[in-house]
Amino acid sequence: MALNQKPHMAQHIRKLQMVDITKRFPGVLANDRVNLEVNEGEILALLGENGAGKSTLMKQLYGLYKPDGGTIKINDEAVEFHSPTDAINAGIGMIHQHFMLVSNLTVLENIALGLKSSRGPFLDLDVVRKKTMEICEKYKLIVNPDAYIWQLAVGEQQRVEIIKALYRGADLLILDEPTAVLTPQEVEEFFVILKKMAAANHSLIFISHKLHEVIEISDQIAVLRDGRSVSQERNVNLTKTDLAEKMVGRPVVLQYEKDSCPNIGLRLSIQDLCVNNDWDEERVSNFSLDVYGGEIVGLAGVSGNGQRELAQSLSGLRKPTQGKIMVNGKDLTYAGPYEHNLAGQSYIPEERNKEGIVKDFNISENFILEDHDKEPYSRHSFFNFPNITNKTQRAVDNFTVKTPNLNVMIKNLSGGNVQKLILARELERDPSVLIAAQPTRGVDIGASEYIHRRLLAQRCKGTATLLISEDLDEIRALSDRIAVIFEGRLMGVVDAAAVTTQQLGLMMAGIPRDEVKEQMGEAFAAIS
Amino acid sequence: MHNLLNAATLFGIVGMAIKLAMPYLYAGLGELFDQAAGVFNLGTEGIMLVGAFSSFYVVYLTGNLGLGVLVAAGTGFLMAVLMALISITFKAPQGISGIGLTMFGTGLSSLLFKTILDGTVLSVPGFPDVPVPLLSKIPYIGDAFFNHNVMVYGAYLLVPVAALVLYKTTFGLKVRAVGQNPQAADTLGVNVNLIRYCCVCAGGILSGIAGATFTLANINMFQEKMTNGTGFIAVALVYFSGWKPQGVLAGALLFSFVNAFQLRMQVLGIEIPSDIAMMLPYLLTILTLVFVKSRDKPAALAVPYERSEN
Repeated sequence: MALNQKPHMAQHIRKLQMVDITKRFPGVLANDRVNLEVNEGEILALLGENGAGKSTLMKQLYGLYKPDGGTIKINDEAVEFHSPTDAINAGIGMIHQHFMLVSNLTVLENIALGLKSSRGPFLDLDVVRKKTMEICEKYKLIVNPDAYIWQLAVGEQQRVEIIKALYRGADLLILDEPTAVLTPQEVEEFFVILKKMAAANHSLIFISHKLHEVIEISDQIAVLRDGRSVSQERNVNLTKTDLAEKMVGRPVVLQYEKDSCPNIGLRLSIQDLCVNNDWDEERVSNFSLDVYGGEIVGLAGVSGNGQRELAQSLSGLRKPTQGKIMVNGKDLTYAGPYEHNLAGQSYIPEERNKEGIVKDFNISENFILEDHDKEPYSRHSFFNFPNITNKTQRAVDNFTVKTPNLNVMIKNLSGGNVQKLILARELERDPSVLIAAQPTRGVDIGASEYIHRRLLAQRCKGTATLLISEDLDEIRALSDRIAVIFEGRLMGVVDAAAVTTQQLGLMMAGIPRDEVKEQMGEAFAAIS
Repeated sequence: MHNLLNAATLFGIVGMAIKLAMPYLYAGLGELFDQAAGVFNLGTEGIMLVGAFSSFYVVYLTGNLGLGVLVAAGTGFLMAVLMALISITFKAPQGISGIGLTMFGTGLSSLLFKTILDGTVLSVPGFPDVPVPLLSKIPYIGDAFFNHNVMVYGAYLLVPVAALVLYKTTFGLKVRAVGQNPQAADTLGVNVNLIRYCCVCAGGILSGIAGATFTLANINMFQEKMTNGTGFIAVALVYFSGWKPQGVLAGALLFSFVNAFQLRMQVLGIEIPSDIAMMLPYLLTILTLVFVKSRDKPAALAVPYERSEN
């Protein structure tokens, strides 16, 4: 099996350069003469907003896309990759943001996939097992080789991805937003692994838009904006503000001023809620939480801990198995989305392209989707087009949705603009309860900032907001109180102004608030 | 009613069921390879009919049964290539292309039957029963289990072979990965479309042979539309199986028992309208589809693969 290691090229990658890389997609110049350089034993951070062309650039390095122009050089020699196999053979490994693992195969089977076997057509999992254990030992990566992927936590799945790449003899590893799915503590552990790999003379390219992480871990930082290289420099004396400005192209506010708003009455009450997933497995367990008018409660948690099922049950898309959901004093436990709407609730869904919009409808049609059967949009089943156009135009102007006109298919708008339109639709109704799931995921910094301001403004109008997000910075910036969910259970509710990231991290890892309080003693500020 | 309960009748039903499971096994295992790799092939019925006619005609001309099976496999392969071309290369919706293939196969087999044989129902000598030495001498059991033709034995032998290929070979691992997460397989240098082509062709070969079981190993004649929905039951069977060869075996036996039972009921003149009896296997099919939930369902089933921007 040792033969599998870089069969065509035993050369170690001392230096990798991407020179003047250009890549076009229909109507978009995704990469415009981009340059990049990384040396052995170095961690290079590739920083940029969503849509800046980071992933496109890396997919060319990994042979998934072919560049339209420019060259890739390894140790000063030009190379060409026609497929991932070529890149793997040259010693390049990639860990994708959405893990490339087959969920109903075991860890070993995932590692063995695509490898030549020492036993001809038959699998040689015992050989794979032996070498896997060696790699685990060397880099202190702990994982059960016989577990199925669907049984593993996200952090463990990431380790499987790393082992997969190292097994294939990767000298240079591309890590696409690797920390997005980790708790703060897991991020620390992950950074230890990265440093260990760099010390073993691996080169690492670390894609991120989290400034503090980039400053903490990398030797060099390259910034991309609108498909172009802005800079590549050593990580010496660089500040978050500098980097943010380079990334966005203008000065950026990293913190919001929050006015204090009066709490007015209980709006959303979740009592003892249990919700199952599609496989009838319980994903939310005895979850209770109250949200009052005029506050934002952030729900923090690592991806896949029941947030999705909770949000769906709160918006009427998934029936709970037990418990109660009260909206403005009305029992809506088993009600559908329509009743939730009538009760004055709005919902910003996690997957905006699947649940938030109809892709092939135009902007007006998407805007009136929820209330199309009511005045002023329609009367006696007939649409009132002048009203629809006026209202939509006003919302588009108010929420600065960038579009040539209202008849554009919504699928042609950028993620940020789609999200702004959904926000406009949901807030135009002046809801008393708002469930916002991942409202700024995949949205550029400019639009995120705008969405955050709108959510804060709505808070002052008396809306009770439940903000479900995997972005801890976002939760901390907006919330009055923070609730932490782990494996579907509530770990506790804390005061957002007083809690530290470390404390939140412990709760996100499954330690209930009271135990965290015991460990931390006086330093832990919690409210009940 | 007492007739149903004596040993001879019961083992008669068992023996018949063992034999009737044969087309379900060939076609079901074939469809399993299609679906495991993420291709939903509704064309099985059509492939079977073409396999049935071609094998029948070759045996009618030459009397060579082995050649007949080979021709069934060959025509099944050709039909499958057509399916693969439409659904994998041109990425057409798989459900529609499968139905199209079935209609094409049904029409083609009828057309050839009418033009070449003038629509006359003829019979050929089929595969003779080969009793297994000693075992076939056991009273009742011997006749039910160990006195069948080679195509029956072959069908059961295929179950462990399919399991071996799917779970113990690198090819099988690729098949399962391609059906679940083609993107992941692609990033590891697995040629997604090539694996799917291989599986659809293997499925076609097996479905063609499933058709030949009607004309060479059971009824020994050709009639229009003689497969009578078996191909569609095979598709449902794969759902029933939880996408596992042993599940296909269990499902095939369940269906064939129900089938054997209703046939025997008709023979015994038990007063149930024969239409209701004939509905039984299909009713079972529908129920199967309603209640199946499996983690092993290929997540990419019926989704053509494209390297996307994300």
